Amino acid sequence: MSDWYRDMTNSAVLGGLTRRLGLPRPAVLRRHTPGDPLLTGPALVVAAGTGPLVAAVSDLLRADGAEVRFEADGERLAAVVLDATGAETPAELEEVRTALGPALRRLAPSGRVVILGRPPVEADGPTAAATRQALVGIARSVAKEARGGATANLIQVSDGAEDALASTLRFFLSGRSAYVSGQVVRVSPAEVPDAADPTTPHAGRVAVVTGAARGIGASIAETLARDGATVICVDIPAQGQALSTVANRIGGTALQLDITAADAPARLAEHVVERHGGADVIVHNAGITRDKLLANMDEARWASVIAVNLEAQLRINAALLETAGALKENARIVCVSSMSGIAGNRGQVNYAASKAGVIGLVEATAPLLRERGATINAVAPGFIETEMTAAMPFGTREVGRRINSLSQGGLPVDVAETIGWLAQTASAGVTGQTVRVCGQSLLGA
Amino acid sequence: MAPRRAAVVGGNRIPFARSNGPYAHAANQDMLTAALDGLVSRFGLAGERLGEVAAGAVLKHSRDFNLTREAVLGSALAPSTPAYDVQQACGTGLEAAILVANKIALGQLDSGIAGGVDTTSDAPIAVNERLRQALLAANRAKSTGARLAALARIRPNHLVPEIPRNSEPRTGMSMGDHAAATALRWQVTREDQDALTVTSHHRLAAAYDRGFFDDLLTPYLGLNRDQNLRPDSSLEKLATLKPVFGRGEGATMTAANSTPLTDGASAVLLASDEWAADHGLPVLAHFVDAETAAVDYVHGEEGLLMAPAYAVPRLLARNGLTLQDFDFYEIHEAFASQVLSTLAAWESPEFCKEKLGLDAPLGSIDRAKLNVNGSSLAAGHPFAATGGRIVATLAKLLAERGSGRGLISICAAGGQGVVAILEAAK
Repeated sequence: MSDWYRDMTNSAVLGGLTRRLGLPRPAVLRRHTPGDPLLTGPALVVAAGTGPLVAAVSDLLRADGAEVRFEADGERLAAVVLDATGAETPAELEEVRTALGPALRRLAPSGRVVILGRPPVEADGPTAAATRQALVGIARSVAKEARGGATANLIQVSDGAEDALASTLRFFLSGRSAYVSGQVVRVSPAEVPDAADPTTPHAGRVAVVTGAARGIGASIAETLARDGATVICVDIPAQGQALSTVANRIGGTALQLDITAADAPARLAEHVVERHGGADVIVHNAGITRDKLLANMDEARWASVIAVNLEAQLRINAALLETAGALKENARIVCVSSMSGIAGNRGQVNYAASKAGVIGLVEATAPLLRERGATINAVAPGFIETEMTAAMPFGTREVGRRINSLSQGGLPVDVAETIGWLAQTASAGVTGQTVRVCGQSLLGA
Repeated sequence: MAPRRAAVVGGNRIPFARSNGPYAHAANQDMLTAALDGLVSRFGLAGERLGEVAAGAVLKHSRDFNLTREAVLGSALAPSTPAYDVQQACGTGLEAAILVANKIALGQLDSGIAGGVDTTSDAPIAVNERLRQALLAANRAKSTGARLAALARIRPNHLVPEIPRNSEPRTGMSMGDHAAATALRWQVTREDQDALTVTSHHRLAAAYDRGFFDDLLTPYLGLNRDQNLRPDSSLEKLATLKPVFGRGEGATMTAANSTPLTDGASAVLLASDEWAADHGLPVLAHFVDAETAAVDYVHGEEGLLMAPAYAVPRLLARNGLTLQDFDFYEIHEAFASQVLSTLAAWESPEFCKEKLGLDAPLGSIDRAKLNVNGSSLAAGHPFAATGGRIVATLAKLLAERGSGRGLISICAAGGQGVVAILEAAK
């Protein structure tokens, strides 16, 4: 549904009024459409500390057609990349202030701030660890200070993971990460397969998307297909008509399957092997809510949410891992968690349990996949504009929309783009993590 | 060199709805398009050019002269896929499959879709015959005066429209009354008919419950299962119904053991083995052979719906098979009495000798192999859509079993019968 408040603050007539009243002014976010350049203007690359990645980052930006600056000269900047991987003492953080502070003032609408650091757990002693952890606070605060639809995120690049950084850096700079802000993503050393064309990163790959008939699932299917994938759209048989429409629109196939059925994981595994010779991408998106306060929760509500949102993912993963040929080399599994799984939510004890469970699932499954070159990650959507949120009471919906740094709800495509990034073969260095797609919501932060 | 066999790759149908139910406002073209689109998405054929689509409807508006082609143009298939309409009453769907399968066997096609659709809700209504004659005369007239004279012959009672009736043009009798006469001839009891009906409902419900139709059906307009299906059907409930066909003591046919008027559509994907392999699609079964027969019901020589009883022995003889050489029998349940009359005829030494010219009767079949997932009494019977439903169902049954052979038998208006043999893919 449309965001009337955002439209009003961006209108010629009432925009000035909201400014004078000091009301929040949600921006119209830059989102990716095929053919878009990585950035809409020059990028400033600066360092805090020795800046060991400055050269590599600059090369990557130029290869993608972006103009690179090392000093700000007053022009509007589409992005600022701060290489703080060389900062190992609190004193060096002062350079963050001097390098980043002035640049933020010149950040264009939907600008991007990407800070590169090292993982604190890999630090050599408390001083370095403290310095590295300080970057988390910096990134999250900059994300809150950013205006005009700008975002700020921190990428923790492990020592030796420099070659695995490209897809993640590209995602956070591009319009694909429109609703991802204040996040920390770790890139570990990994064998990155031959680079796919970044404009169609999923060309020639087979993706399974559960819950694909509507809403976020349909958007995931469309986004993966747009980027080149053949998509097997899965949903319960009762959703078959909508599922068929989605599949035909994107040139994919429809598989009507109740993923909670006892034989569903085996049927799915057999289907991908028989029809497609295995799957490259599995997106566990199917999910339901059956809200009640725990005191009033009946067994059916509890069981169905756990079965669809958590048990089905576990059982399908197990079947895919057991069935020879079901998961191709460099397979990518992406699970959909939720803000409720991080923050908890009144009336959603069952849902929060399932979605927190997904985060645990992802962390524990990642090591099992490593030897296959496969990864597993989760996305945790915040307030996303769907049929479900459109049905919320007005007040609840407006609060949900505004309590994040971008002062608006996200779109299904924002979740889909994030999944698309995690599903790329080039994202081999990102695994076992949960990335929020919430516009830096205050809930669970 | 023997011709290659056409493969049944899969099928799709929309749930069948009772007349004037959820599909009351769906036209034949809408439903056939939906059935095609479901098939396209199941097999990833969006934008693909197939060899041809053959389908039809029994009750058809004159504007739907090119029904199947129009449905193809409205579907996700490539617009370069040719199509044509077929009509052989209730045999339409199976006859369409035979046509496509034969072309594939001959090498004229590599892939094709056979289908059928019918609505008794959105039925064509024609203008009164005398009104039509008057309008045509006015159209032919050369002067205004002659035109007015032609129109002046229109009378108020000419405004009563012609509504299609479920009766045979040459006898004026409804199909049900014809079947009732045959039931009397073969002494088919009410109890046997009701038992067959209850079995049909229970077996269809069980098939749904085990997910058998998950890849054979796509929901449509909010309907997920056949609306006519009554999982709790019982002999006691059926015994309470009054007969609706036949007269007096001997009347045994009720609204339950006869199929109701139904709306729906179905489609089956047929192909050569090579085409299926190229598309990564497993083959469920192969089309072996088919036969069509007709009987003289007009002069009372034979019952209206008894033609399959003649078609099957011819098909068996040609293929060197006996009636018992099958693992599945799919006998379309137009009426429970039709199925039972046909089986009785095959068991009758007199019928088999006098009518079929056989030395011995064809014999009886193992009822456990008959319509194992239910049939038209439970699912309903949108005339032209039934053939596609049965072909896809039987093909999947054979694929699940992994071997074996199945017989399809469908009776049709006009005293016709269409039968076919499928074999499991090896």
